[in-house]
Amino acid sequence: MLTTEQKPLEQLLEYLDREKSVFLIGCRGCAEGCHTGGEQEVLDMKQRLEEAGKTITGTSLIDFMCNESLVRMTLQAHEDAILSAESLLALCCGIGVQATSSVVDKIVHPGCNTVSMGGRHGEWREGERCMECGDCVLEFTGGICPIARCSKMLLNGPCGGSSDGKCEVSPDVPCAWQLIIERLTKLGRLDKLERIVAPKDWSVSLMSGAASKR
Amino acid sequence: MKSNSKLEKILEGGHFAITGELGPPASANPEVIRKKAKYLRGNVDAVNVTDGQTAVARMASWAACLLGKEEGLEPTVQMTCRDRNRIALQMDVLGIAALGINNLLCLTGDHQVFGNHPTAKGVYDLDSIQLIKMVKDMRDEKKFQCGDDMDVEPRLFIGAAANPFADPFEFRVVRLANKVAAGADFIQTQIIYNVEKFAQWMEAVRDRGLDRKVKILAGVAPIKSVGAARYMQTKVPGMDVPEAVIERLKGVPKEDVPKEGIRQCVDIINQIREIKGVAGIHLMAIEWEEVVPEIVEQAGLLPRPQVYQA
Ligand code: SF4
Ligand code: SF4
Repeated sequence: MLTTEQKPLEQLLEYLDREKSVFLIGCRGCAEGCHTGGEQEVLDMKQRLEEAGKTITGTSLIDFMCNESLVRMTLQAHEDAILSAESLLALCCGIGVQATSSVVDKIVHPGCNTVSMGGRHGEWREGERCMECGDCVLEFTGGICPIARCSKMLLNGPCGGSSDGKCEVSPDVPCAWQLIIERLTKLGRLDKLERIVAPKDWSVSLMSGAASKR
Repeated sequence: MKSNSKLEKILEGGHFAITGELGPPASANPEVIRKKAKYLRGNVDAVNVTDGQTAVARMASWAACLLGKEEGLEPTVQMTCRDRNRIALQMDVLGIAALGINNLLCLTGDHQVFGNHPTAKGVYDLDSIQLIKMVKDMRDEKKFQCGDDMDVEPRLFIGAAANPFADPFEFRVVRLANKVAAGADFIQTQIIYNVEKFAQWMEAVRDRGLDRKVKILAGVAPIKSVGAARYMQTKVPGMDVPEAVIERLKGVPKEDVPKEGIRQCVDIINQIREIKGVAGIHLMAIEWEEVVPEIVEQAGLLPRPQVYQA
């Protein structure tokens, strides 16, 4: 199972700072099992955000948010509610956030941190998309993971080696930061990249080995 | 002044600065540094010493800097995020400053797969922008990255790199602005062969007023052979070598190509000097240091200004 933890509400409100209306999505797969994004948590989140003055234009629960085509199909039924929201908030693993980002032309805020994937990568099979960093940064990167997809895991990219949309390491590897910039350009949110993202807390990442289990 | 840097004094004094570059050997031989220093001393104002350039294991930048200092150079330590985490980076920053080295260039670093140890684990705990900010906070706030205080701060003149030619072009100026906001005092650019594109970039830089907040040194390098030019054009990510540059070298007999490469470099320097907002040049004659005096002389940039250094 992909283990997630919900991000603190203050952090989510910071993410939603510029927005009044949001569409909420939960996942009936692992996130429900972790009590971070199932039916109950989506209802709770709706209430907490409304208390904070946000309008929830709609909610949806998807069986497996790591399944891109399922996300696409399910969200089609909510088109109007999604279009009337300024952004989406996804209570699921990093892969689910990225699957949602890839099918909706709006900012998708990550509601959870992915702390472990138990060796699985969800149902979206092409390529590695989440590295269980435990402190999800998809908020700053247009829903494309720079930890799994940038060769240097840069948080303030791109590096000087990005060329023709490819990473400096190989013409077969897309530059994650080119993708991030293209996506944020499309959404008219390049301003997200005008701030400096602080050094990351790697202690909560599985890359710290057993120490992350403290 | 933020530091005791000669480079800072020259730039703040409004002089057109020249920095050079020196690559340390892949051995423990100090003579290599001493020999290269001979060509640079008196001809450039400061010398960048590379840090495991192209991810090849070489003598540490700070150690080679110390050797260069003994030879009368004003060294600049290059520091990449590839091989050190935030603990090691801060330890080196303190050590460098304690040794009396005044300049530090903060880089992300070439990816380890390019070098002679492609199986190494890359670190990238910080990126170059976070490194700049960390060094600035150490210097100006006397704080470690974790927030702890220190009593004697590292008084370093902080540099960063910029590549006006890497993609996406529109975003390159935003990234420069982020580096300036993080605390960069000076910028050294990627080697320029496409002067027109560089001028466009400088225009965008001036539009944001960045040339008044940071000193921009334009990267230049002489080309030794047509093959080298072709290699840079096709194989080096983020390099822009227009066909005309190669045509010019092809237009002379093979034995005259190095001379023509030097003349071409001087011409580029002269064109760059005309662009508003450029504070100096960064001359990278890597493994061809002996031509530095000639280039600087031909560009009419001698003698170098003298400044008082405590
Ligand atoms: S930033 Fe990337 S690696 Fe970290 S939790 Fe999010 S998707 Fe996973
Ligand atoms: S080229 Fe792009 S993907 Fe590759 S290391 Fe640089 S920023 Fe990351």
